[in-house]
Amino acid sequence: MRVVYLTMRGPVKAVDGVSFSIKPGEVVGLAGESGSGKSTIAHAILRILHPPALITGGQALFAGLDILEMNDAELEQFRWSNISIVFQSAMNALNPVMRIRDQLMDVMLHHGLSKTEAAERALNLFDLVGIEPQRLDAYPHQLSGGMRQRVVIAIALALNPPMLILDEPTTALDVVVQKDILQQIATLREKLGFSILFITHDLSLLVEFSTHIAIMYAGEIVEKAPARELCDNPLHPYTLGLMNSFPSISGEKHKLTGIPGSPPDLVTPPSGCRFHPRCPKAMPVCSQTAPLTKIISADHSVACHLY
Amino acid sequence: MIRLNSESKNILDVRGMTKHFPVGVFARARLVHAVENATFSVQYGQVVALVGESGSGKTTTIRMIARLIPVTQGEIFFEGADILKTEPHRASMDYRSKVQLIFQDPFASLNAVHTIEHHLARPLVIHKKATDRQEIHDRVCELLETVDIKPAAEIARRYPHQLSGGQRQRVAIARALAVDPKLILADEPISMLDVSIRMGILNLISKLKEERGISYVYITHDLASARYIGDQIMVMYAGHLVEGGNSEEIMGSAVHPYTQLLLSAVPDPHAGLRTRKDSGARGEVPSLIDPPPGCPFTARCPRVIDICHQVMPEQTEVTPGHWVRCHLFGL
Repeated sequence: MRVVYLTMRGPVKAVDGVSFSIKPGEVVGLAGESGSGKSTIAHAILRILHPPALITGGQALFAGLDILEMNDAELEQFRWSNISIVFQSAMNALNPVMRIRDQLMDVMLHHGLSKTEAAERALNLFDLVGIEPQRLDAYPHQLSGGMRQRVVIAIALALNPPMLILDEPTTALDVVVQKDILQQIATLREKLGFSILFITHDLSLLVEFSTHIAIMYAGEIVEKAPARELCDNPLHPYTLGLMNSFPSISGEKHKLTGIPGSPPDLVTPPSGCRFHPRCPKAMPVCSQTAPLTKIISADHSVACHLY
Repeated sequence: MIRLNSESKNILDVRGMTKHFPVGVFARARLVHAVENATFSVQYGQVVALVGESGSGKTTTIRMIARLIPVTQGEIFFEGADILKTEPHRASMDYRSKVQLIFQDPFASLNAVHTIEHHLARPLVIHKKATDRQEIHDRVCELLETVDIKPAAEIARRYPHQLSGGQRQRVAIARALAVDPKLILADEPISMLDVSIRMGILNLISKLKEERGISYVYITHDLASARYIGDQIMVMYAGHLVEGGNSEEIMGSAVHPYTQLLLSAVPDPHAGLRTRKDSGARGEVPSLIDPPPGCPFTARCPRVIDICHQVMPEQTEVTPGHWVRCHLFGL
């Protein structure tokens, strides 16, 4: 997958040759800093990018079908019934002048359910995400942030899609509510068996929540591994740096260094490996050639000259 | 001048500080109880981390200390002086130079049409820390070097939009340092920054504490960073300080049900993947508008007892230096 943003200062390669796959029932986490291209990937998969963003190459295969090849009618059928998304500012994604019930039924009616079926399903969904049914007739402003987020998740599950994209679903919420909602999503996933592409900048959240993790830096995936493996045996210096950026609430207290410098400007990305100006282990070769992705073990791959 | 225990090792003592904001008019006039009866102190050269959810009153607390908003009730002792009495109407220049603020959003706290040098020169000029142009310029460069921005002379000529978020926050810290403050009030200084550069800012704050003996009140909603940087931690819920003490003590043996709930909600990569049980403390933060008497946490508290609905408990010491406001601990 390649995505370019056309800007006044030149093209920005926001996503530059990213490949990954999600098996049924897996939770794949995509971690990276702001501007690393993680949300762009999510939007590209659903083809909801707007100009100046341009998908310049690659494939997005869903059960063998290339989403990037679909025409408008096919896309309309495909979206939401196969992949749905919960956006970053989901709390503000609801229409303030429509009742929750109508917003919930809207998508189902559009996809061909009858009114009675949709109404029944709406009740079911509310039960699923743990909100009392009388709240269906409320307007969004009458609900708290956490409840609105649950409503948005209910809408995403309306058509029982096999895959869900969560784009920073809890960044605007407090920790207690965040934990509640993620727990609920995890329970629902066990019950309904959907796959999740989980996007966040919070690595500690990801390690807890996902089965596999891909680390993105400046538009590229630099390391991919099962969550546990990545946590125990991080290889890429950027992954190590990220791990070193989250203080812990338990165990011994030691000084954390974070990562020096700041993320690069993608109009003029650094030569060679994009991380080399900030990398503590940079070698001469790093600034000349971009490293290829190396397979370390069956599930673990890393793009770094050290390996 | 009214003095309070001038030998005190506390730079700041806050006693029963309360803030009520009026909302509505006439018959519908009501009060938002933003901060209720806050009592705490900050020792010289210590970082006190104030932790709480959004809307719990953290920012209101430090805005009162900085005297950006008037205090409804209570006392603030700074270096022993009861400043609300000695400087009743507005803070003196002296107080303003000793107590400085760092804001959350480094993209909003710097003026887009002025250079970095301008931002750092203003406090120097206003507080008469430097007079002639060369001296001001030298001090600006020195300040930028203190916060690890290099090359200082070149960055000083730049405008805020030419700097990264981390650099901007460093400039904000340098601006606070310009007037040689003794107490810095930092309002979520890292929450708007990229994760990889957050530690750099926290380490800078710690370094300044060590080297210059500056005290801090550090506001955050992130318990892990509170533990990382804080000597003391205080937990705030719905306008009330509910627990406080040495940071390791709070992390290891928190006793207030709310603190325990917060701790259980923090994702912890080093603790590994756990199958987590439902905490059972669902529910919402209560409205702060004309709240009922009693403890604000009653609606969510798993260990609530009758008296909780009637009165808010006073501070009780659990172990020396570790206090809590909860009926489960007390008489």
